[in-house]
Amino acid sequence: MAPDRATPAIEFRGVSYRIGGTQVIHDLTMQIAPGETLVLLGRSGSGKTTTLKLINRLASPTSGRVCVNGVSNETADVIRLRRGIGYVIQEVGLFPHFTVARNIGVVPKIEGWPQNRIEARVQELLKLVGLTTDLASRYPGQLSGGQRQRVGVARALAADPDILLMDEPFGALDPLTRDELQRELLLLQQRLHKTVVFVTHDLREALRLGSRIALMEAGKLQTVLSPDEFLKSDDPWASAYVRAFGDGLESAAHRGVS
Amino acid sequence: MNVARFIFQNYAQVLDLTLEHLWLVGVSTALAMLIGIPLGILIAHRTSLNKPVLAGANIIQTIPSLALFGFLLPVPWLGERADRLAILALTLYALLPIIRNTYSGIRGVDAAVIEAGRGMGLTESQLLWQVELPLAVSVILSGVRVAVVISVGLATIAAAIGAGGLGEFIFRGLAMVDDRVILAGAIPAAILALLADFGVGWLERRLRPR
Repeated sequence: MAPDRATPAIEFRGVSYRIGGTQVIHDLTMQIAPGETLVLLGRSGSGKTTTLKLINRLASPTSGRVCVNGVSNETADVIRLRRGIGYVIQEVGLFPHFTVARNIGVVPKIEGWPQNRIEARVQELLKLVGLTTDLASRYPGQLSGGQRQRVGVARALAADPDILLMDEPFGALDPLTRDELQRELLLLQQRLHKTVVFVTHDLREALRLGSRIALMEAGKLQTVLSPDEFLKSDDPWASAYVRAFGDGLESAAHRGVS
Repeated sequence: MNVARFIFQNYAQVLDLTLEHLWLVGVSTALAMLIGIPLGILIAHRTSLNKPVLAGANIIQTIPSLALFGFLLPVPWLGERADRLAILALTLYALLPIIRNTYSGIRGVDAAVIEAGRGMGLTESQLLWQVELPLAVSVILSGVRVAVVISVGLATIAAAIGAGGLGEFIFRGLAMVDDRVILAGAIPAAILALLADFGVGWLERRLRPR
């Protein structure tokens, strides 16, 4: 990737985050370039999700600074900041009392888009994430897990944010649906070139989706490597991952949309 | 059938007292909602307040109603008119179920839904009005339903301090040792309670999110 190209989309400068007596993030420094897909890889409790929440300020650093598009998160208006960042979580979190169309249109609506523009955008997004437009009037409870997560992605993309934060979005899906959605995310990225920060504990997923992989352990960033570098790395944590996931990882790294 | 004849013969007074009863229950329930729903919302968001507020409402609930009416009688402005006093007492009793249900209704909203909403850039008030309250409304209303049914019953005791309502017949009947007069108060009160239960229950089902 090109870390020198203009301002980084997201930048962590010596960020620590402590809650209660626990140091969740320890002195994190990292830059994420516009248009890249950075995967945060690590086990449960390694601080991946917190790192993500520091970007849209669902968590605020105890020390250090997070900048989005060159602007420090402390000085930015938090509501504006969040509306400019798409956010997808594992549990999806669709509003159960809103139809699919209203769910997707939440941010455009509070941003004051005219109704016909919202409707057109909803139709466009449903197709983009591989859903038929007749689902627009359904409620989340009437959808399958995979459909719900597609709606979650559509909702995050609604106001066309530059940045997409995805917290184990496919973690709760069956392997086939998961594979399908990974593939579609890659296709989507080829067209949209968003800056994506993707949290997972699955090395195969990380190798397939990431342009770079940031490996976290116990609140510390261990290393940031491209998928190919990751497989050859002699970093103890990286090689521990490679061993744990066994054979066939090269094919995952080069699989792309196939 | 004597009761029916008695009610029929005194229908104007039965109607008057029923309306008075409705007035006591309606005003006190409205006030309790006005106070209890915001309080419930508050303690759902500031959880440190939840214990003291719920404990306070609980303690009120344990005071015997006749005693509460008595305690409030010497209070200046309140004691001047019995209906003011009755409304205050009924409001206090209605608070607990309304506060408690508002609290648990809002706390019961899926945390992932709230997090997604906040992460998308909804303000706290947008979250409250568009997400939390619509999802909690049926739970809140079931608290209101309990409050109304309790109030209809309790309001009969308000007649003891001269606040009117269907309790007048009940107390008069007790003094006269006349079942017909007691029932002329008790039956309409029971019907009111059933109707209120049914009405709010219907609303509750209609507003329940899928």
